Amino acid sequence: MPDPTTVSYFGLPGYVFLWLIAIVSFFFFVRRIARLIRALNRARPEMRWDRMPRRIRTFVTNVFVQPRIFNERTFGAAHFFIFWAFVFYASSFFWNLIRGLFPVVPLPYADDVPFVAFMMEILTVIGLAGLVVMAVRRYILTPEGLERTFDASLVLVLIAALFVSFLGMEGAKGLTGEHASAWTPAGNLLGRGLAVSGVDPESAQPIFSAMWWLHMATVLFFLAYLPYSKHGHLIFSPFAVFFASLRPGSMPPPSEGAARLEDFTWRQVFSGLACAECGRCDRSCPAYNSGFPLSPKDLIHEMKHAFLASLPAESEARASSDEGSRGGNGKRFVGDVIAADAIWACTSCLACMDRCPVFNEHVPILTEMRRHLVTEGELDERVQEVLMNMTRYGNSFGKSPRARARWAKGLDFKIKDARKEPVEYLWYVGDYASFDPRMTEITRTTAEIFHQAGLDFGILHEGEQNTGNDIRRVGEEGLFDLLREKNRGVLEKASFRRIVTTDPHTYHALKHEYGSGLAGENGMEVLHYTELLDELLHEGRLQIRNPLEGRLTYHDPCYLGRYNGVYKQPRRVLESLGRKVVEMPRNRSNAYCCGAGGGRIWMEDVAGVTERPAESRVREAAGLDGVSTLVVSCPKDLVMFQDALKTTGLDDKLVIKDVMELVAEAVRPIEEE
Amino acid sequence: MKIVVLLKMVPDVVEELELGPDGRSLDLELLRLIINERDEHALEQALLLKERHGGTVTVVALDAPEIDDVLFTALARGVDRVVKIEGAPETLTTHGAASLLAGGLPDIPDLLPADLLLTGCQAMDDLDAQTGPFLAQRLGLPYVGVISGVEVDLEAQRAFVSKEYPGGMHGDFEVTLPALLGIQAAATAPRYVPVAKVRAAMQSGEVEAISPSAQPEPPLVEVLKMMKLEAAGHAEMLEGSVEEVAGRVAELLGERGLL
Amino acid sequence: MAGNIWVMAEQWNGGISEVTYELLALGRELADGLGVSLEVVLLGHEAEELAAGLGEADVVLYGDDPALQEPTAEAYSRVLTAVIRERGPHGILIPVTNVTWDLLGLLPAELGAPLLNFCKDVGVADGRLEARCLLYGGKMEANVAATGTPAILGVMAGARAADGPAAGEAPPIERFPVSLPEAPRTELQRYVEAEAGDVDLTQQEVLVAVGRGIGFQDNVELAEELAEELGGAVCGSRPVIDQGWLSLSRQIGKSGVIVKPRLYVAAGISGAPEHVEGMKDSEMIIAINTDPEAPIFSVAHYGIVEDANDVMEALTEAIQEAKG
Repeated sequence: MPDPTTVSYFGLPGYVFLWLIAIVSFFFFVRRIARLIRALNRARPEMRWDRMPRRIRTFVTNVFVQPRIFNERTFGAAHFFIFWAFVFYASSFFWNLIRGLFPVVPLPYADDVPFVAFMMEILTVIGLAGLVVMAVRRYILTPEGLERTFDASLVLVLIAALFVSFLGMEGAKGLTGEHASAWTPAGNLLGRGLAVSGVDPESAQPIFSAMWWLHMATVLFFLAYLPYSKHGHLIFSPFAVFFASLRPGSMPPPSEGAARLEDFTWRQVFSGLACAECGRCDRSCPAYNSGFPLSPKDLIHEMKHAFLASLPAESEARASSDEGSRGGNGKRFVGDVIAADAIWACTSCLACMDRCPVFNEHVPILTEMRRHLVTEGELDERVQEVLMNMTRYGNSFGKSPRARARWAKGLDFKIKDARKEPVEYLWYVGDYASFDPRMTEITRTTAEIFHQAGLDFGILHEGEQNTGNDIRRVGEEGLFDLLREKNRGVLEKASFRRIVTTDPHTYHALKHEYGSGLAGENGMEVLHYTELLDELLHEGRLQIRNPLEGRLTYHDPCYLGRYNGVYKQPRRVLESLGRKVVEMPRNRSNAYCCGAGGGRIWMEDVAGVTERPAESRVREAAGLDGVSTLVVSCPKDLVMFQDALKTTGLDDKLVIKDVMELVAEAVRPIEEE
Repeated sequence: MKIVVLLKMVPDVVEELELGPDGRSLDLELLRLIINERDEHALEQALLLKERHGGTVTVVALDAPEIDDVLFTALARGVDRVVKIEGAPETLTTHGAASLLAGGLPDIPDLLPADLLLTGCQAMDDLDAQTGPFLAQRLGLPYVGVISGVEVDLEAQRAFVSKEYPGGMHGDFEVTLPALLGIQAAATAPRYVPVAKVRAAMQSGEVEAISPSAQPEPPLVEVLKMMKLEAAGHAEMLEGSVEEVAGRVAELLGERGLL
Repeated sequence: MAGNIWVMAEQWNGGISEVTYELLALGRELADGLGVSLEVVLLGHEAEELAAGLGEADVVLYGDDPALQEPTAEAYSRVLTAVIRERGPHGILIPVTNVTWDLLGLLPAELGAPLLNFCKDVGVADGRLEARCLLYGGKMEANVAATGTPAILGVMAGARAADGPAAGEAPPIERFPVSLPEAPRTELQRYVEAEAGDVDLTQQEVLVAVGRGIGFQDNVELAEELAEELGGAVCGSRPVIDQGWLSLSRQIGKSGVIVKPRLYVAAGISGAPEHVEGMKDSEMIIAINTDPEAPIFSVAHYGIVEDANDVMEALTEAIQEAKG
């Protein structure tokens, strides 16, 4: 087959035309990318070049294998094949392009190499099949959150054109007999098909040329179009993955909050470009699914809109970045484009970020916006009250700090004061366990079990204040700092080896957000009580005296599970008591938030809320065969689920138990009559 | 418009109150003070008026433990100037404190005359005086208290205030300025100010300190004995699980023919 | 010779407030204890006929002026100062309500006289008045004596039982001259009636009152369910009204409605004096609060230290059961 770049058209060799369209295409491509980078540079800087080996590992796993896309299987597989077809195509396309632009290069075209041609044919066929699945999904079985936009349709057509034109080329070669080997099964088959349907072998060459140019033009058009389209994620998402936060539960660097686009960090802004609008975040979001006015997908989408609106316009007058932050029509980004109610709806459960295939950072973005609302004093009245209480009394209940250890009254042993004497275990009790009347009985049980296990433990009494986890997520960074300062002051003076707490929020803050230098040189080891119980049972310091029976299910608290990956220990504890743990459909990293985190426990529901997260969760648990106990390992869960039992009327079907209650039942000495 | 807000610290009843050794006063060791809740509303109302009419807000308070924090917080909330009057004995009664304040206010440079003085209409230690009316009388200003709405016509030198009466009724008053108003509730709840702003105010702000020329007036009442109110002394406390207690109450109601 | 005991009649809204009769009952005891007469001061304009029910007193001192038609503190304080200086009573009892609150601040300042505020009870010891006063939001009480006369006593409602206007003959009325030469600096323009509520709380036999202790607005529903079961209505304390959880017309207390139902359930209400003033005369009070030290338990007949929402819910069920 003659080389289309050396064939002459209108008296000029083909490569001149190829140069022309390539230059146009690259011009638009490069100009766009440069603009985007310049605009991203205006955002707040954030270091994302650190820990390269880790980044490279993340990149390789999530770009090449894509586990987060595979969690939705059918489409995961389709996406996977399209992706690899694309990579292969892109590589061979650029090979062909270089060969075409420089006809003197002594190199065959990619598809003239039998192996490459074989691979491309295979991928094309599978890719086409995948494309059909995608088209069916988008246009017939449209899932919630997937939109039918012009942009999406155009890209589907472009990809189809790409595949079809390639097969056309192969078929043409097949027709001439050039592709008759086993390396080109598709070309062979198509060639025969063309011959059978009466296509003249003479026309093979024009068909080939037409298909070749169509293929080149499509790809070059695609290249130029990509950074303008939502399918920019093809280019941007690998970068998004590479520059992902390596500590996804961490908070953005201190700030007064973000109101305008430039107030966000560049990676936060970049989320908009990287987003493929797959909707996994919405599908996993407890706020979205409960009817709160928050859609994490829309959030990122609006971020992108605001960002694009802030770009120097291609033709008309330059839009100022301020206008960009106002969404171009005088609207404030925080408050108008993204409503305050949406910003307050987040429970910081991290499900969205955990699912996001391009590692976008919804929670930090929302936190930045909350910080801004806090700075402006635009706060829910109850949250305001909690903040005032926290500032003054160090707890959200507005109770006297001196009443913090009141729950310990009536115990028949004395709990050490860890401020006054050294202890091995410092028990950080936390607000809910200390003050909520529904929790204090369990807190007493915890003390008794620790005592029974012979643990050398103590508490800080009024020296303990809320660690500030939820305060930080509410966006009151200054108050978090203040609480941390006070608590660190007390912890620095205490002598202990390990910290144990029943509250995952406290656990997370102490473990990751309290800095170093506490509890000696090795730093402090922070344990959740389920981790400690697991040890105590394993070491035989707690003995099962009354094995329990029956089936139960276990709810993973967000700040223990997704934030800290503690899934095994609580299950092991429960199994060791003799009970069978049946998993809910949404378990471990897919666990569904109870709705309390991120300060939500202090906020009123807004109008439009259909099924609260906790209600959805207790229904899920109640739906399990033979399960009548939902076990929790977070004080807030207990409170939330108990309320949800009442509102769903499931209180005769299900009971909520704390892990500690079950452990106590099983290990307590049998009382003698 | 020039507004002065008078803040006062009172015992924080969230903390358990303990009697002092003399049996006639609170144990100061264990006492924690907090800004009088109504005064917070007075401050908020002042800031709302400043937002609407412009001008300045000055906060004046007697020196007390933690008063600097309160004053810096006020600065962070948008107050222009904060002054503390020093030299107050710890054991002042409301009457003594009000008299010291009345004596000290004229000593503060560039403070009086002000268009409007605001304070809380009540404090939980108003045993032997009310700060607002006492100051109004000493400063020769008109006074209206229990106010939950203030509007000002500066040109006419008039304030229009809404005073709460029993049964949800209100009375609209016209008051000539300058005046002292006792605030029950601001138009909106006192605003929260983030800790970062308070810290910034501590860095850049200044608390003026004044030593008054006057002494507090001696008390006119004598506290003979103070005691904790035995809260549960009156009620018969029902104990047991929530269900048991509920059952018992239902019985009681049945006995009384309330079902 | 000690001066007499005076009671200031609270004349408001076209009548004499109930609390005035309570103060008269208390004043009678004090006057008898001191061996002096009990005099009641009535201020108003063309309001002489209001004196008819004040028969408990030995004499009614009546001051009349157009400026005294409504009980504004400025005018009242001026007139009272003059007449007190002239006649030198031993003590003057003034009710603690929103109507008289400003006067209780202005009058002692004007006179340089001792004030004993928030009196739950007043007695005579060694020839002087001694009061038991509430302090610190009702958490403390103090026995307080005035070191001089005339003593101004702010007396809380409920200090004594009262049977309303005296039925017997009207007491002798002694008019005293009123002089108000200066123009008033504070003028009442008009009263604004409370927005008419959907229910008249004072007519309810059962009230379920909620306070901040119920946590969230959603939980008002629990109170509504309980109230429905009991055939009553829901009301609340000031913080709940300020939060907008209930309409203003449902407020109980100093600035709200004063009620005396057969049953008052106080759920999550701490019992600040301003609230207690509005409900303490209820026939049966059941208080639910997580804080065992809450002052509400000092006025309640039955106390439950539990989460108010849990108890309300359980109680609704228990009542349904009891009814069968």
